[in-house]
Amino acid sequence: MSFMAFLEALFQYEFLQKALWTSVMVGIICGVLGCFIILRGMALMGDAISHAVLPGVAISYMFGVNFFFGAVLTGVLTAIGIGFVSQNSRIKHDMAIGIMFTSVFAVGIIIITLMKSSADLYHILFGNVLAVRTSDMWMTLSIGLLVITLVTLFYKELLVSTFDPTMAQSYGLPNKWIHYILMVVLTMVTVASLQTVGIVLVVAMLITPAATAYLLTNRLWVMIYMAAGFGVISSVLGLYFSFTYNLASGATIVLVSAFFFAAAFFFSPSQGLLWKSFKARKNRASLS
Amino acid sequence: MMEQSRLKEPIISIKNLYYHYGQANVLENINLDVKKGDFLGLVGPNGSGKSTLIKCILGLQQAQKGEVLLFGEQAAKFRRWDKIGYVSQKASSFNTSFPATVFEVVSMGLFGKVGLFRFLKREHRIKVKEALEAVGMDAYSSRNIGELSGGQQQRVFIARALVSEPELLILDEPTVGVDALSADTFYQMLKDLHRERNMTLLLVTHDVGVMSDYVTNVACLNKTLHFHGKTDEFEKVSKEKLSSFYGHKVHVLDHTH
Repeated sequence: MSFMAFLEALFQYEFLQKALWTSVMVGIICGVLGCFIILRGMALMGDAISHAVLPGVAISYMFGVNFFFGAVLTGVLTAIGIGFVSQNSRIKHDMAIGIMFTSVFAVGIIIITLMKSSADLYHILFGNVLAVRTSDMWMTLSIGLLVITLVTLFYKELLVSTFDPTMAQSYGLPNKWIHYILMVVLTMVTVASLQTVGIVLVVAMLITPAATAYLLTNRLWVMIYMAAGFGVISSVLGLYFSFTYNLASGATIVLVSAFFFAAAFFFSPSQGLLWKSFKARKNRASLS
Repeated sequence: MMEQSRLKEPIISIKNLYYHYGQANVLENINLDVKKGDFLGLVGPNGSGKSTLIKCILGLQQAQKGEVLLFGEQAAKFRRWDKIGYVSQKASSFNTSFPATVFEVVSMGLFGKVGLFRFLKREHRIKVKEALEAVGMDAYSSRNIGELSGGQQQRVFIARALVSEPELLILDEPTVGVDALSADTFYQMLKDLHRERNMTLLLVTHDVGVMSDYVTNVACLNKTLHFHGKTDEFEKVSKEKLSSFYGHKVHVLDHTH
C-alpha cells in the first residue's frame, strides 16, 4: 500500500484520525519531557517508572476506574521505593532501580494474567494505536497540555535544577520536590503513551528523539522543539508503517525514531561520527 | 569607616557550632564573624570541615549544636538568598555537555529575583551583560559553557553569582582544576571586586600561600578554628605553628609581584 492509500484511508476512517492525533500528541509530550529526563541523567529511571505503571493499570482495569489513577500511584510508589532503598543501604541507585521496577512489573504481569486477558496485556505492553478511543484521545490531550504548561511555567526552575542541583539548592529550590513532580509527570506521560507505543517502549520515545536533538544543538530550548519535532515525525511515520504492514505500532514508531537517531549520530555537523573522523583525518594530513 | 562597620551587624555570625557525622566530629565549637567589607580566606587541609562549614552557612546542612546567623537572621529561616552569591567547586556539580550558553548560565543567577512564572526582561539582560563584563567574559556570551576552559567556566560562575548583586560572595575552592596562571588572575579579579564594589567575600581554599596575598582576614580551620584574624597577623604566626596545624611541613610561597 502506498502513502497515498494511507492518506486516503486517513480521510476515510475515524479510528485512523484518532490514532494520528494521539500519536502526534504523544510525540510532542515525550519529546519535551524526554529532554529533561536525559539531561538529568534519568534515562534508566524513565525506563523503570514507565514499567512500574503496569500493576497500577491492571488494578484500575480490575476496578473499572480510569487507569490514570492506578498508574500514577504505582509509578510514584516505585520512585519513592527506589529512593528509599538506595538511601538506606549500600545498594546503589542503579541497582535499586533494577530491583524495584522489575519486581513491580512482575506483579503487574501476574495480576493481568489472573484477569485472564492476555490480549489486553499484549496491547498494554506493545501499544495498539489503531484502537484508540475518543476518551483516550482527550486524556492524552489533557496530559499533554498539563506537561507543556508545567514546562513553560517552571522552565527556569527546571533549567537550574537540571544544570546545577547544588546551585539550585542554594537558591532555596526544592530539588526533591522537583524530582518527584517529574516522576508524577513521567507516569502520566507513560499512561498517555500506553495506546501508541505501550509500556515496554515508552522509554524509547522519551529518550531517542531527545537524544537525537541533543546531538544536533547546543541550546536547550532548540533541543526541546527539535525533540518534539522528531517525536511527531517518528509517530506519524510509525503509524503509517504500522497501518500499512499490519505491525505493532510501538515497534514501528520506535524504529523510525531510532533511524533518525542513527542519522544524527553519523551525520550531525558538530557531533557526528562521520564529520569527526573526517576532521581527524584532515588534521593528521596537515600534520604530516 | 571602621566605626561604621563596627556598629553594623556582622554579615555571617557563627556561634558555638558543632557538627558531627555519625560518631566523628567534623566541626567543634566554631565561633566566627564575617563583617561587611571583609575578604576572609578560610583555609584548612582536606577533610578539615571547610565544606561542611560552608554548607551549614548556606543552610544546606543543619548543625547539631550552635547557630549560624546570616544578616542577623537564623540560617534555617533565612530567605533572602539573593543577598548571597555562592560559587561551588567546579568538579562538584554541573554537566559539561549541557546545552546552555554562557549568557543563559549567568541569567540563571537572576532566577531567584525574577520569581516564579516570570520571564527575563530587558533590564535583566543588561544586568547579565554587566556581570559578564565584570569578570571579562562578555566576548564569550553566546558560546556553549562546555567549550570553555576550567578557568573561564569559573569566571562565568562568578558572573552568575554576581548578577543578582549579592552583598556576600562565598567561593568554595574556586581554583581547583584551574592552572596556576589562571588562578592568579582569578584571585586578582576577586581582589578588584572586593575593592571596587566593597563586596564581602568568603574564600575557601587549601592553598595558604597564594591566598594570603589577596585576603584581608584569615581563618584556619581543622575541626576547630586555630587562627582567626587579620592577614598581617597571620603572616606573623610562626611557620612551626602552621605546620603543626596542617600535620606536616608547610612551605608558604612568597608571591612578590
